[in-house]
Amino acid sequence: MFWIRLKRVIKAGWVNFRRNSVVSYAAILVTTITLAVVTGLFLFQAILNASIASIQSKVDIAVYFTVNAPEDQILSLEGTLQKMPEVASVQYISADQQVLAFRDRHSNDYLTLQALDELGDNPFGGLLQITAKDPSQYEAIAQVLEGDTDIAHDNSQIIQRINYSQNKDIIDRLNNLIFNARRFGLILTLILSLVSIIIMHTTIRLTIYMAREEIGIMRLVGASGSYVRAPFLVQGMLYGAFAWLLTNIVFFPLTYLAGDKLTDLLGINLYSYYTSHFFSVSGLVLLIGLLLGMISSLMAVRRYLNV
Amino acid sequence: MIKFVNVSKVYPNGSVALENVNLEIGKGEFVTIVGPSGAGKTTLNKLMLDEERPTEGTVLFENVDINTFSRSQITALRRRIGTVFQEFRLLPNKTAYENIAFAMEAAGKSDEEIVSDVPHVLQLVDMADRMFHFPNQLSGGEKQRLAIARAIINQPEVLIADEPTGNLDSRNTAEVIEILKKINDLGTTVILTTHDPQLIKAVGQRIISMERGRVVGDDQRAATVI
Repeated sequence: MFWIRLKRVIKAGWVNFRRNSVVSYAAILVTTITLAVVTGLFLFQAILNASIASIQSKVDIAVYFTVNAPEDQILSLEGTLQKMPEVASVQYISADQQVLAFRDRHSNDYLTLQALDELGDNPFGGLLQITAKDPSQYEAIAQVLEGDTDIAHDNSQIIQRINYSQNKDIIDRLNNLIFNARRFGLILTLILSLVSIIIMHTTIRLTIYMAREEIGIMRLVGASGSYVRAPFLVQGMLYGAFAWLLTNIVFFPLTYLAGDKLTDLLGINLYSYYTSHFFSVSGLVLLIGLLLGMISSLMAVRRYLNV
Repeated sequence: MIKFVNVSKVYPNGSVALENVNLEIGKGEFVTIVGPSGAGKTTLNKLMLDEERPTEGTVLFENVDINTFSRSQITALRRRIGTVFQEFRLLPNKTAYENIAFAMEAAGKSDEEIVSDVPHVLQLVDMADRMFHFPNQLSGGEKQRLAIARAIINQPEVLIADEPTGNLDSRNTAEVIEILKKINDLGTTVILTTHDPQLIKAVGQRIISMERGRVVGDDQRAATVI
C-alpha cells in the first residue's frame, strides 16, 4: 500500500504542478532568484578567497644573510624552516642570483652598475624568502628567527637582518583587511540568503493559500492530513528542482563568459571553479531548493489542514 | 445512529446557531431538515462531520461522542459519511473522474477498484459522458450529480446533503431528489437540509423543522401526507 500511495502522491503533485501552470511558473521564478542569489554568493566567496590568497602570496618575510655566511648553514636553516607547520614555502636566493637580479633591475642605471663593478667582490649575501600559510603566522615565524630560540642562537652570526619588523604594519593591516572582508562576505551572504528565502517561502505560501479551499474539501471527503499534505510537498520539491535547473541554465553561460573575460580581474576562472565544484556548489543549491520547497509547503499546508 | 444531546453552538462573534437541540436519527432513515436561512441547519451538518464542535452538549455517532475523536478517527468517520454541499465543493483542478477517484484513494481503495467503480457511479448519476471534464466545464446540475457520485462512491452509511438543490433549476432538482431516494432505498441514511417548501413535498418521510437554532417540529408522518 505504501508504494501505491507514494505513486499516487507523486502523480497528484505532478498533475497539480502542471495544471496550475501560472502559479507554478511564478513559484519557480521566485525560487530561481533565491537559488541564483545563493549560487552567486558561493561564487562571491570563491572570488573573495582567491583575492585574499593572491594578496597573501605577495607577502613574505625575507631573511638576509651576511656576505660570508656559509651556504650549507643557510640551506640547513631552509630545511628547518620548511618543516615548520606555519610555513607554506621557503625560497633560497643565493648571493650570485642576488647580484644578477640587482644588475637586471638596474640595467639602465650606469652609475650604480659602475659602483658595483668598482667594489669588486659581491656585496650581497644570500636570502631566504619565507611565505606563511596564513598572514597571522608571520609573527610566530619571525619570533623563531629573532627571539630567544635555538634556531635564532645558532644562526645569529650569519643573519644580517630580517625584514619582518619593517613589513609588520603592512602585514597587520592585511590581516585586518582579510578578517573584515571575510566577515563582510559572511554577513552579506547571511542577509541576502535570508531575504531571498523569506521571499520564496512567502510565494509558496501564497500558492498554497490559493488551494486552501481544496485542502478543506479533501479533508471533508475523508482524506487524512498526510495524504492531503504529501502532493503539496511534491509540488514544493518540483519548484525547487525546476528552479535549480533554471539556475544552472543561467550560471553555466554566465560563468563561462566570466571565465573567458574576467579571470585576470577576479583572480579566478569562475567557469573552472563552477564546473570543478559542481557537485558541492550546485548539489548544495539543489538540496537547498528541495528543502526550502518542502518546508515552505509543509508550513503553509499545515495552516489549512485544521478542518 | 446519530444523536444530538442538548447541543448548543455559539460562534465566537456571539451569534447563536443552535440552542439546546435534542435529536435522534436512525439507521436507514430519510430525514429532511427544513428551516429558513440562519435556522442552524448547516451548523447541524458541520457538527455531524466534526467540522465544528458544539459549545455545549454532545453529538453521538453510534453512541460514541465524536468530539472526543482523534484526527485519524475524524478522518475515518468522514469516510462513513458522504457529503453533498449546495456550492458543490468539487476539486477544481481535477476532472470528474479524478474527483471521485480521489475520495476512493483517500479511503485506501485499490487502483483496480477505482478503475471499475468510478465509471459505474458516473453512469449511475448520468455523467458517463462528462468523465474527463473539469468542474468549470460542467453545468450546475452536472456538478451536483458529480458531488453526489463522489459522496456515495465509498458506500457511506450516512449521506448528508446540505441544500443540494439550492443552485439548481426544477428539472435538476427533481433528478437530484430521485437519486437521493434511490440511495436511501439501498439502505443509506439520508439527511437532507433545505429551505425549499416544494422540496419538502417531494421528499416526505420524516421532516424536522428548525427555527433560530431550535428544533420546532419533528413530523414522522410526513411521508403519509404525500
